[in-house]
Amino acid sequence: MSSTFDTIANIIAETCDIPRDTIKPESHAINDLGIDSLDFLDIAFAIDKAFGIKIPLEQWTQEVNDGKATTDQYFVLKNLSARIDELVAAKGA
Amino acid sequence: MRLEYFQLIDRIAELNVADRTISTEATVPTTNTIFEGHFPGFPLMPGVLLIEAMAQTSGWLVVATHQFKRMAFLAAVKDAKFRMFVRPGQKLSVTATLAHEGSGYAVTHASIALDGKPICDATLTLRVLDFPNDEMRLRMREAAARVGFPNEVAADG
Repeated sequence: MSSTFDTIANIIAETCDIPRDTIKPESHAINDLGIDSLDFLDIAFAIDKAFGIKIPLEQWTQEVNDGKATTDQYFVLKNLSARIDELVAAKGA
Repeated sequence: MRLEYFQLIDRIAELNVADRTISTEATVPTTNTIFEGHFPGFPLMPGVLLIEAMAQTSGWLVVATHQFKRMAFLAAVKDAKFRMFVRPGQKLSVTATLAHEGSGYAVTHASIALDGKPICDATLTLRVLDFPNDEMRLRMREAAARVGFPNEVAADG
């Protein structure tokens, strides 16, 4: 798996005190790992810092609330990794 | 301060929504029953109440950012440091800067100074929600008037 996933998984493990080996690319941050919105805010800040980006958390939350996106698109970790890669690429563009 | 009513802030000194900053004044009362326990013979303003002063200051900034349509509730306190004792009668200057706003949360960097010297600081997370009922919103408007919340910001549409 990409280093993006590894970085995110390490951040989640450290921020939420979740054993690293239980965090898989298919894990859903909320449904599988039990991460709540308050903890996810810390994770988002740590990801921002690690990758030099700004996760549009408000936009993502709004899209999910409006039914325009599913939580899987943003909170299944392999999908989250892909979103982060997109943001990093957009920053370099 | 009126500690028995949990009013930690006396007055909003400056509020700049565009710059996402606020400063407030808070004078510690000269006498209060809290000082009988904290501590007997050596009265000190409790650190937890200094955190509350920073939280209330941060809260007014968040409420202003939302033009009084939403309320802020303390959700997390990080990296709180207390650098000096605060004694009865001292006049504190509390400041907060909004570092994040969105996704249902606001994060502020808050600090308290006494005569320009840093007293304490912390990073606070506040949950931002609609006012749970009309009474709370009305009471908060009254509290806003008491602390000098700017009228031009208080418009709630």
